[in-house]
Order: sequence, then C-alpha cells, then structure tokens
Amino acid sequence: MKLSALQQSYLNRRSNSFRGSAQLDSAADGSVKSPAAVFWLVLHGVCCLISLVLGFRFSRLVFFFIFSTSATNLYTAPFRGAAEIASHLDVRSTPVTGAADRVVVGRHGIRIRPWPHPDPVEVMKAHQILERVQREQRALFGVKNPRTVIAVTPTYARTFQKLHLTGVMHSLMLVPYDLVWIVVEAGGVTNETASIIAKSGLRTIHVGFRQTMPNSWEGRHKLESRMRLHALGIVREQKLDGVVMFADDSNMHSMELFDEIQNVKWIGAVSVGILLHSTDSSATIQREGEEESTPMPVQGPACNATNKLVGWHTFNSLRYAGRSAVYIDDRAPVLPRKLEWSGFVLNSRLVWKDVDDKPEWVKDLDELDGAGEEVESPLSLLKTTSMVEPLGNCGRQVLLWWLRVEARSDSKFPAQWIIDPPLDITVPSKRTPWPDAPPELPSNEKMSDGAQTQDQQINKHSTKTKTPRTRRSRTKRRHDTKVIGVQASTLSVSEQQN
Amino acid sequence: MGPLKWALLGVLLSASLFAIDSVELRRNQPTERISGSAGDVLEDDPVGRLKVFVYELPSKYNKKILQKDPRCLNHMFAAEIFMHRFLLSSPVRTLNPEEADWFYTPVYTTCDLTPNGLPLPFKSPRMMRSAIQLISANWPYWNRTEGADHFFVVPHDFGACFHYQEEKAIERGILPLLQRATLVQTFGQRNHVCLKEGSITIPPYAPPQKMHTHLIPDKTPRSIFVYFRGLFYDVGNDPEGGYYARGARAAVWENFKDNPLFDISTEHPTTYYEDMQRAVFCLCPLGWAPWSPRLVEAVIFGCIPVIIADDIVLPFADAIPWEEIGVFVDEEDVPKLDTILTSIPPEVILRKQRLLANPSMKQAMLFPQPAQPGDAFHQVLNGLARKLPHDKNAFLKPGEKVLNWTAGPVGDLKPW
Repeated sequence: MKLSALQQSYLNRRSNSFRGSAQLDSAADGSVKSPAAVFWLVLHGVCCLISLVLGFRFSRLVFFFIFSTSATNLYTAPFRGAAEIASHLDVRSTPVTGAADRVVVGRHGIRIRPWPHPDPVEVMKAHQILERVQREQRALFGVKNPRTVIAVTPTYARTFQKLHLTGVMHSLMLVPYDLVWIVVEAGGVTNETASIIAKSGLRTIHVGFRQTMPNSWEGRHKLESRMRLHALGIVREQKLDGVVMFADDSNMHSMELFDEIQNVKWIGAVSVGILLHSTDSSATIQREGEEESTPMPVQGPACNATNKLVGWHTFNSLRYAGRSAVYIDDRAPVLPRKLEWSGFVLNSRLVWKDVDDKPEWVKDLDELDGAGEEVESPLSLLKTTSMVEPLGNCGRQVLLWWLRVEARSDSKFPAQWIIDPPLDITVPSKRTPWPDAPPELPSNEKMSDGAQTQDQQINKHSTKTKTPRTRRSRTKRRHDTKVIGVQASTLSVSEQQN
Repeated sequence: MGPLKWALLGVLLSASLFAIDSVELRRNQPTERISGSAGDVLEDDPVGRLKVFVYELPSKYNKKILQKDPRCLNHMFAAEIFMHRFLLSSPVRTLNPEEADWFYTPVYTTCDLTPNGLPLPFKSPRMMRSAIQLISANWPYWNRTEGADHFFVVPHDFGACFHYQEEKAIERGILPLLQRATLVQTFGQRNHVCLKEGSITIPPYAPPQKMHTHLIPDKTPRSIFVYFRGLFYDVGNDPEGGYYARGARAAVWENFKDNPLFDISTEHPTTYYEDMQRAVFCLCPLGWAPWSPRLVEAVIFGCIPVIIADDIVLPFADAIPWEEIGVFVDEEDVPKLDTILTSIPPEVILRKQRLLANPSMKQAMLFPQPAQPGDAFHQVLNGLARKLPHDKNAFLKPGEKVLNWTAGPVGDLKPW
C-alpha cells in the first residue's frame, strides 16, 4: 500500500519536474514508455527495495549522498522520500510561537575555524591560569607556614659526581619551599663542584673539608659522617632555621618527601629504599638454598598498629656478607650502614646553641665532635630514641632511595666535562669534505699541576682518503683507515692532591 | 588617647571581619554563600511549608515495574523512583488529602528498558493517562483542579513529551492531560514545547556513593585545563554529524582535537571521576537532549562546568545562580572556546571554584539514600513550596472542564 502511495505522489510530482513534459505525458499514459521513464521507474523500484532491506535511516543516507552531488539534482528528485530529506538541508524551525527562537531542530553545520590548531598565546594564558589555580590550591590545602629546607650533601670530585649531583640538584630545584643547600666537599672546594652547583639558582653554602676521600667504603662512610657533622656546625653557627635533611649525592628523592618533612617537630625518620647494585650472578644460585623470604630493601621506622614507633627496620645484609664491596670501585654490591643518615630529618633548632625550648633528650652538638668513634646516624644526637617521629604514614611510604654507584678508581673525565682540546676521531666519517686539506697538528700545551697521568695520544694522520664517491672505494677504505683533522687529546683527571 | 585609639581600631577591624560573612571557612576551605534569583534559598527547610499527599496507586504502576527491571534504580532517570521513596517517609507527607497542598502520583514512566538499558517511551503516555484516569475516578482532587495542584516526576529526555527524538517530541508536545499540572523534569530549554511554564528542573540522577568513593585529596593540583569524555559523533544514529548535539560536539572535536590544553576523547577510562578532580574546566555540551549528568559530576568534583547548550534551563535555576558558577558558551562560539576560556580572569575562576566548593551546592545536586538536608529532594520541595499558595484559577468551579481527555495521538488513547 505504501508503494502505491509513493507511486501516486511520484506521478503527481512528475508533472512539476524540470524534465520535458512530453516525456511525462507519455509516462502518465502508460502506453508508450520512453527510456528515461523506464529508467526512473526501475531506479525507484530499486531504491524502494534498498529501503526495505537496509532500513529507512541508511537508505535515507544513501539518497542524501546521491542527491547532494549537485544542487540542480534537488529539483529533479522525483522520489518523495528523497525530496523530504533534501528539504531537511534547510533548518526547520520548531513550531513554537516564541520570539527569536535561536534553537532549531534539524541538521546544523559543524563550525570549524580556519586554522583549527592551538594558538600559542592562548596556551600561555591557560598555563598562567593553571599556575594561579595551583598556587591557590597550595595555599588552601598544602602546608601552612612552610619551613626552609636545609639540605646537607657531602660530596667529592670524581667521575660520577656530575651524574649524582645533577640528580640531587634537579630534585632540590623542584622543591616548592625555601631551600638552603649545604655542600661539603672532601678534599677542599673545587671548581668541578662549584660549576655544577652554580647552575642550580639555589642558595648554596659550599665548604671544603680538609681530608680527601679514602678509597674504601668503610672510610668513605666515616668521612661522610664527619662532613655532615661539620655541616650541622655551620647550621649552628649561622643559626639557620628550618628542617635539616640529608641529601646524599647519589640518592634519589621523591617530591612527597619534602612535603612530608615539613611535618617534623624535632626529629623524624622516613623509610629509605635500599637499592643494591648486584653484579654477580652467584647471588641467584645462593638463593635456592635459602628458606627465608627475600628481605625487604627498606630501612626505616617500624610502627605497631596504633602508629607508634616501636623499633627500626633495617636492611638484612647477611646474604651479601663477604661478597660486598670493600673498595669504591669493587664490582660488588655496596652495603648501607645499619641506619643511613638520609633517613632522618631534624629540626635545625636541635643543633643550635643556647636555645631555651630545646628538648632535654637531645645532646649538644659539641659533645659529638670530639667523639673518637664514628657517629653512625643522627640518633647519636639523642639521649633516647623514643622521641623520633615516624613520617610518611608511619614509615609505610618509601620516600627516597639509597644507591651507591661509582666508577673505577682509574677512570678519568674531562675537567668540568668540557672537552677542550677536541678529542681524536676514532671512527672516521664516511665522506670527507676536504680531500686535499693538509693535516693539522695544533700545539698542545695543556699542563696540569701535579696531574698524575697525562695520556697524550697524538695520532699521526696519514694520507687522506679520496672521497668515496663510488661504492667501490668504500670497501677499500678498510685498508686506508684514515684519521682526518687530527688533534692531540688530553684526558686528565683533575684530582687535586694536597 | 593611645589605648583608646587601638581599641577603636580593634572594634572597627572585628566589625569588618564579621561583615565579611560571605567567606566562610569550613575545613580550611573558603566558600561563598550561594543565592539565586529567589534569594538565599538553598538551605531552606521545606518541612512545615507544604504538605504533600501521595496517591496509593496499584503496584502495577510502580513496584511491579521496578521488580521486572531493577536497573531502573541506577540509570540517570532513577529520580522518579527515589522521589517516591523519599516522599513516603518524609515529614511533609500527609495522610489527610484535605489538608494537602500538593498531590503526588507515583507512576514510573521511565522504567521500560531495552536490553541496553535505554528507556523506551512508547508506552509512557498511555501509562500516565491510565494513572490519571485512575486518580480522577477514585479521588475527587484531580477533578477539583484538573491537576493544577498535582505534580509529576517525568525525568525522561524531553520530559512529558515522552519521546527521545526531539522532532517527534516537539510534534507530540506535552501530554494534554498534564497541561495544568506541575512537572518535575530534567529537561529544560527556553522557548521549547516540552518545557512548561512553572516546571521545576531537577538534575539527572547520579549515584552519590559511587562518586564519593572516587574522591582524591584536595591538594592534588589541578593540571588539566579542559576535560571531556564522551561521544562527538553518534555514528549509530547520525553518522555524518550535524544532527547530534546540533553539531556542537563535532565542532569541539574538529577544532580542539590536537590542542594540548583540551583533554578530550571518547574513551571510558576507569579514572574518569579522578580526572575530573584534576581538571579546571569540564565541558558539558548538549547531546541528543541539552541536559547531561556531566553537570552533576562537575559540580561534585569542583570542576567548573562549561555549558554548551543554547537556551538551556539548568536545575533549580531560581535557587542556584548558574551564571556565576559555570561558563556558558553559545554553540556558535565553539570554535573560539579556547579564547573564551583563557580570557576569563583568574579571580573569576577562583571565585567560581569557591562557589563550587560550597557543600550546600554539591548537596543540592545529589539524590542521596537516605535523604539529607539540602539535597535535591528538598530543593524540589522548596520549589513546590515557593509556588504556594495556588493561583485562584487553579480551583475550578463545579462543572467547569478545561482538559480535553481525547486530545493527542490516537495511539495514546489505548488503555494501558
């Protein structure tokens, strides 16, 4: 029934279409069918079949695409269904009596601006808005009255110093609170360290310590403790106010650590993750024979169920006994002490002289200076360890990681990591732009006082390679390994020895 | 003279502090009082201001439908069910219809769900009609006013037009029998057939417990500038775009898909609620209907809603000054959305965040179980209370008839 209604309307419409009426009359007659009429009839039938099969929505789509190819087609659309769709191209207003109806039903265009890409000015403004919002959040929900963070770092100039110290420096640069960085350097102040910390933009106190760093881990730990005590002496002298934390130069700190230490009252302890660099595979073989579970590589306060400090959790280093590193460049895991300094934070007033509200369970700093044995951790400052506050959700959060990685003792690195004079070329480039340039031999007068070894490798250049314009010569190059642009190189270790 | 001067200064200072009562400090978070065009009404208590009589309909209109498909309790149209439950045990309920100001008919018209969970509105007009025939036959109160002191909860896409397609809904118009009643609906658009004068717009239902389990610490910095998750093109129903959302969502995608400030995509991440709490602006564009649960989610999570829907009427518009809380963007201005949002001064943004932080604002958007003071149920009752006393032409003279019981499409007249 629907089909016949469509046919009827189709015939009615035909009389209004643009096509020649002669054809229409003949079609209406039904007696003589012109090819065009037959064609349209057939097409109509096919489209109806498509509608039935695929459903109204999809066929509507198909018709829309067919008839939207050119505007004139709209007028020649004899099918009522398609015509309806075509008229939907104009937005139809809702049948509501209302003044200035802005919202209409129907198909709308998708508005795209001429250059739909980020505008850098807008991006900058958005970032400023974000910054302002976050500042407000910090003011509302962050730490009230943040205290200055006093970071104490013992260091000495060596190959890995730049790596470690840059890491600590970047962490400290991100701290959103005021910061004072006390860098104590074994062997005296050097330009190496000074050049690294100068880039931080932080307030730094760079002091030298008379002794040079020994070659064994034992000795190194002892010396570092003494350097830290020296730094505490500076805190005392200058009456620096804030929270003292020990940022060893090869440790990695999380930003939450600095938020957490703001909560310390007098002395606090955090959990430190212990990362051991194990190099030999014998460790795995050993483990099969053991029954106990692998120890947690964490050092820190241990709490009971009511979140009170009941003891300390230290790293179980028994399995590494006898296989740990003794000298700094040993290829063996480096063991931490029982309790590392970096796991403690102090209120700087604990080390001040003549402060009235210092609690009575803390010893004076001077008493430790003369101590013959090593001060292993800040706990030696206390008469009783029960007053230590466990931080980081009572030690459940590990906020920093302890790691010791050093290079071989004979490793050399360029002073301040600046390559001057330029290095030799060890791998020649495939194409040389200067086939006929004479070899250069600049004079190489770099002297370093008391430098231990000076490796001077002056490569005698040889003939130049012909630029391998043909493939053939590339294979030949193996015989003509050349070094172009030779320079002598000097790699020296700027280790100052007093 | 000295101490007197200081005392005077002290008095002046404390006086000025008390005058700034617009900034309350609750849990260290300054908020601002919210007062809309009807005044400072968000925290009004409706108890004592109105009385509601709940008709006892046979359970085929409510309980049996719910038993057949319990999914109705979780979808965004669940307000009709929870409103019924709230009214049954509320102090505003009265068992004496003679003293009632408002009459409530508990009929769940949006509970006929497809396997996918979408409600089919085809039987809803007949169901509503059947319910009204029942109450007009068994109680005299409908005929007394022809529904002018009755209210119905119709939370479907286009309210009492009972269709999901806008063209069809406009064609049908509001059910003629509800012509004089007050409609409580989620749909709101100015100059639209399906929004009657005097309707109360409510937020869509969003599950409060689920949202509260996804709260993250307040101090997590808001680092996303604009956030949106949802469809831009409805490929099932409108493949080439232009119909869905009047082309606005597609425009958002085309203009900002490679903009790093806009975190927009069609994914369904499990961290959706957490991400909203890390965003400054949350887009709430229209879809097939102008309203969406995103508004509720944005308000709960403190993200400033960016409403892209021309002429939309937001929930409780007389109690909540939405202009001051959200950002309204015309659909034709979508290509300039980034300029619009970045040109808002930071103080205005901070003020909007303070308003959003107001707990009464968040409470007003929720339908908690059990009901709590200031929640959306109470806002509905407040809205009804504000409409009292009834107009004098609400009560018909005996014998006067206004409603045409046979109006509407033929299919609606079939009994349910």
